[in-house]
Amino acid sequence: MSHEPATLEPGFRGVTADWSADKQAFPVPWGKAMMWIFLLSDTFIFSCFLTSYMNVRMSTTDPWPNTAEVFALTVAGHHIPLLLIAIMTMVLITSSGTMAMAVNFGYRRDRKRTAQLMFATAALGLCFVGMQAFEWTKLIVDEGVRPWGNPMGAAQFGSSFFMITGFHGMHVTGGVIYLSVVAWRVLSGFYDRKGTYETVEVAGLYWHFVDLVWVFIFAFFYLW
Amino acid sequence: MAVRQHDIEADAPLDHPSAHAAGHGAHAEGQQHPIKLYLWIWLLLFVFSAFSYMVDYFQLQGALRWTLIIVFMLIKASFIVAIFMHMAWERLALKLAILVPPLTLLILIGLMAIEGDYTFLTRLASFVK
Repeated sequence: MSHEPATLEPGFRGVTADWSADKQAFPVPWGKAMMWIFLLSDTFIFSCFLTSYMNVRMSTTDPWPNTAEVFALTVAGHHIPLLLIAIMTMVLITSSGTMAMAVNFGYRRDRKRTAQLMFATAALGLCFVGMQAFEWTKLIVDEGVRPWGNPMGAAQFGSSFFMITGFHGMHVTGGVIYLSVVAWRVLSGFYDRKGTYETVEVAGLYWHFVDLVWVFIFAFFYLW
Repeated sequence: MAVRQHDIEADAPLDHPSAHAAGHGAHAEGQQHPIKLYLWIWLLLFVFSAFSYMVDYFQLQGALRWTLIIVFMLIKASFIVAIFMHMAWERLALKLAILVPPLTLLILIGLMAIEGDYTFLTRLASFVK
């Protein structure tokens, strides 16, 4: 191994040394480096969606639907704006917390608690997707929102909404499957035999990214 | 560099000292940080999400609304990337490779903002009666 801790220098001198030498550039497990690069490309995809949303919202001459009202819920006679979205945000943040702890327990070789926390994360993800399905149903069936138009205002609202939240929901769904598989392998002792739990951290990176994207969607689509 | 003071403290209370013996050095075993730190970040994310929600709830408008939304968004994003995704403890080379390229998106956003403005004015001038 060429990356013994003693040879690694900090700061910009370290950047030069890491990038110029004929060796492994990033002293992390390859799966982690590849996941980061995948997430970088995913960043560009979501940024393209959000930028196109900005573009259509700026260019439309019709009023943009008021998201606070569109996504409001009436609970026990009280009309609360953006309630569902607030709950979804809390659920996703909570799932990120349980995932971070799962990574920690993974490196402690605590199989049971790692798997428990990962299954909890996946369950919260499922809960999020469920609420999203509810939100879509409400919007399509009750409010008549379509990708090509809606009764509340600018026609571009529907296409932006379905594209952005749909793609994010797909990522969450994929993440739930990914986490379940890794959690199952944790339980079965697969990573003990492999000798490392870094896969748990790599899966965690993906999950935190899904949460990260939601932070931006929440700010730009729901609150703006 | 793999072993920071921070990491050592995190490892201290563990009852599985063999976890480290298995690898050749701390980095082979990946990143370990105190659970307490994660719980703090978790709590802060809740708090800042609540702040974002309050911006809408109290119907703040204009520049104040947009500034607050972006500030809270960036704080939450930084916590997630730095702590949950462990970027704070990675090598600078990896940090630069992942965090610098997205800055080019600012050019795309700038161009599309100009484009959107132009389309808006064209629509006003030619299509809206």
